[in-house]
Amino acid sequence: MSAVLAIAQTEIRIGIRNRWVMLASVILFVFALLLVLLGSGPGGATRADGLTVVVASLATLSVYLVPLIALLLSFDAIAGEIDRGTLQLTLASPVSRGQVLIGKFIGHGCVLALAVIFGYGVAGAVGYFLGHNVGLDGIIDLGRLIVTSIALGATFIAIGYVASASVRQTGTAAALAVAIWLFAVVLYDLALLGGLITSSDGLFAKVLFPYLLLVNPADAFRVFNMAAIDAGGLSTGLAAQGNSMPFQPHIAIVSPFIWMVIGLGLSTLILRRVQP
Amino acid sequence: MNSVLQTHAVSKHFRKVEALNAVSLNVAPGERVALLGHNGAGKTTLFRIVLGFLKPDGGSISIAGSKPGSKQARRSVSYLPESVAFPKMLTGREVVSYYAKLKGARHSDVLSALEKVDLVDAADRRCGGYSKGMRQRLGLAQALIGDPKLLLLDEPTSGLDPISRQKFYQLVSEFAGRGTAVLLSSHGLSELEARTDRVAILRKGVLVANAPLSDLQASANLPIRISVRSTQANVDRVHRQLGGSRINGVSVELECRQPHKMAQLAAISKLGAAVNDVEVSPPSLDEIYRHFSNHHDHAGDAK
Repeated sequence: MSAVLAIAQTEIRIGIRNRWVMLASVILFVFALLLVLLGSGPGGATRADGLTVVVASLATLSVYLVPLIALLLSFDAIAGEIDRGTLQLTLASPVSRGQVLIGKFIGHGCVLALAVIFGYGVAGAVGYFLGHNVGLDGIIDLGRLIVTSIALGATFIAIGYVASASVRQTGTAAALAVAIWLFAVVLYDLALLGGLITSSDGLFAKVLFPYLLLVNPADAFRVFNMAAIDAGGLSTGLAAQGNSMPFQPHIAIVSPFIWMVIGLGLSTLILRRVQP
Repeated sequence: MNSVLQTHAVSKHFRKVEALNAVSLNVAPGERVALLGHNGAGKTTLFRIVLGFLKPDGGSISIAGSKPGSKQARRSVSYLPESVAFPKMLTGREVVSYYAKLKGARHSDVLSALEKVDLVDAADRRCGGYSKGMRQRLGLAQALIGDPKLLLLDEPTSGLDPISRQKFYQLVSEFAGRGTAVLLSSHGLSELEARTDRVAILRKGVLVANAPLSDLQASANLPIRISVRSTQANVDRVHRQLGGSRINGVSVELECRQPHKMAQLAAISKLGAAVNDVEVSPPSLDEIYRHFSNHHDHAGDAK
């Protein structure tokens, strides 16, 4: 166990020293602050909690930014270390390859968590002081968003490991990571939208569509957060369909966790075959 | 004998290239064995197989009784790769302490390992700024941690200055004295300066020699070189009497086998005043190495 923690600690240390934590925090903070300032403008006065309005837009921001940051953090984890020759000694030590991956996962998860907590936390604090009717509900919504964003990020970190373990060059791993991001958060949604437009009354819209949302961890994350905010009028994007789901939208949060387990399991299997 | 490392008829090929061909090599506790060979002779491949990174195509290996790559084997082996690299953002102390934790070693080992390789002063600097020699020493510190039963050192002295190199061999002997088996690879014999108990030479994946250095010297049976210095006036006469070849106008160079050395020297001293000076040089370590690594010769195999 102390070996796993040593690996995690090293990743956190590197993440802080190479300014990864700071960079990711600033990116999240700047975008979040923009949304906060827009949301608290005069036009943004609605019946709902001021912070809740902000959280609704932050949830959509998370879907794009958090997986990107997570993949950028993880694509280098194995391919890059093999490239630079730093993984050999770790794999020659008595630590199992599964432990190596778990240690890295904990470390990268903490790096991402720090960035999300700082970026959204500070932006949320600004929203709290600027907003209208801000109450406990808004703070709870923000807290939920932060926790689920970290979970979403952890999922994409695990998926990034699969990419990183499957190829030998860092460059290839990076290209693979970008492709995963593009598919999961852009192309997948576009394809679903296309499907909805062509068969708005058919089998696709009524039966398949909600489950297809559930399959993609990023969409499932948005479905969950929108449902949890409990403000149908505020929902945006594809998740607006959440009202007519054939299942409790709250269970959507299971999807990222399932993908997290799949990602970690698959990358461990691949890493076991890697010859450093 | 109970060897820490036992490899029996290990073979490995990559596509068409025969990287290792039936290599059998044992290293006993406390024994220092040098593995020599050109680039691509198979040294690193053998190390990677012993570490469990590669599966051999044939043959068997045991490390302190365990299979290579097993947890038990990895606990027994410490490795120093040929071009060792560490995360640039970490300090030397953090690097060593990281590997100490991975190996489950005591925390007090960290400082003593850094002391052994003379890195205490630089321990709190980031290792991205280390010189090649310092990185190599940090790699060695990492390998010394955790009481290894077998030290696998891949060209450990490359990039070290002569004083560091001397200290390195002292450390290796110290560990061997405590019962650690040491297998280190090197490009040539001259680098070792007879600081190992046994020399194994790989040539294109085949073990062509495996014996103590003195045995190799004897079995190579290379000629001794005798250089006779004469004067401009007498050099012709000396050359006629002794044979050999003339060099730089005043000297004659002769080659002779070990058993004929004394007779040859007697012949030279008979020439009296015609000879100014005599220099006798035994075959150099490099010549012996070249003899084994270039010629088709299995003289040392039986050992």
